[in-house]
Amino acid sequence: MNAPRLMSMLAAAALLAGLSACSESPQVTTYEQGKYQGKADSQPWDSPVFKGDKAAWEHAMKQRARGQHEYNRIP
Amino acid sequence: MGRMKFLCDAERCIECNGCVTACKNENEVPWGVNRRRVVTMNDGVPGERSLSVACMHCSDAPCMAVCPTNCFYKTEEGVVLHDKDMCIGCGYCFFACPFGAPQFPNGPAAFGDRGKMDKCTFCAGGPEETGSKEEFAKYGSNRLAEGKLPACAEMCSTKALLAGDSSTVSDIFRDRVLRRGKGLEAWGWMTAYGAEQKEGAQ
Ligand code: SF4
Ligand code: SF4
Repeated sequence: MNAPRLMSMLAAAALLAGLSACSESPQVTTYEQGKYQGKADSQPWDSPVFKGDKAAWEHAMKQRARGQHEYNRIP
Repeated sequence: MGRMKFLCDAERCIECNGCVTACKNENEVPWGVNRRRVVTMNDGVPGERSLSVACMHCSDAPCMAVCPTNCFYKTEEGVVLHDKDMCIGCGYCFFACPFGAPQFPNGPAAFGDRGKMDKCTFCAGGPEETGSKEEFAKYGSNRLAEGKLPACAEMCSTKALLAGDSSTVSDIFRDRVLRRGKGLEAWGWMTAYGAEQKEGAQ
């Protein structure tokens, strides 16, 4: 093997070795799902008015929301 | 039941600030905090538009995501609430919220001096016994537990501000806009309101 050829091969190997330090490591963080840490809250239907009757509460809320539609209130 | 939402109709809002006052009074909100505010675009220019803005009770709420003490929770009806006992007043939620809903009773102050974050509760109180004095003092009144809608929406003089189950509210809005002879030309109309009546707002 002649000298210039050996030199160029060595140079190529050195360059490759230099590049090997530039590896890419993952930089994306992982997000953790938080969990509520505070006091537990009661449901709105577990109130003195509805006494745990979820269906009655939902009905009342629906009626109330629909009452905002004035076209349904005027004949 | 779906998700509780607010909707403000910019064609109807007359910037009377009745919602702001109703909220202040109903919840005895601390001085310096406005849980609801009316924002006016192009104020004084013909064609100005106003919108009433509070917490939008986001489906995927940024405030919940950033809170370092994890003191936010979402109720079964989609209302975003928080536990004031856990809040350290760091202000992360204030920066994360696109609507400026979280506010602090001591206003702009040094870190640790701002007090507990206060925001709109959709008149659903907080994690204290329903209707108790503690609940009222920390979070305001719990109208939802009485089968009522938030005071701001119920008080709105022009019914620009609607509150309630999202499908009911969008049915009302869709009907109104169609009666105005508008709709399709609005950007995003088909996505938001294009579907048939979800449940028939009778
Ligand atoms: S405080 Fe802001 S980010 Fe959090 S639910 Fe309300 S509008 Fe959304
Ligand atoms: S101010 Fe309170 S509620 Fe807001 S992110 Fe900080 S600890 Fe959480």
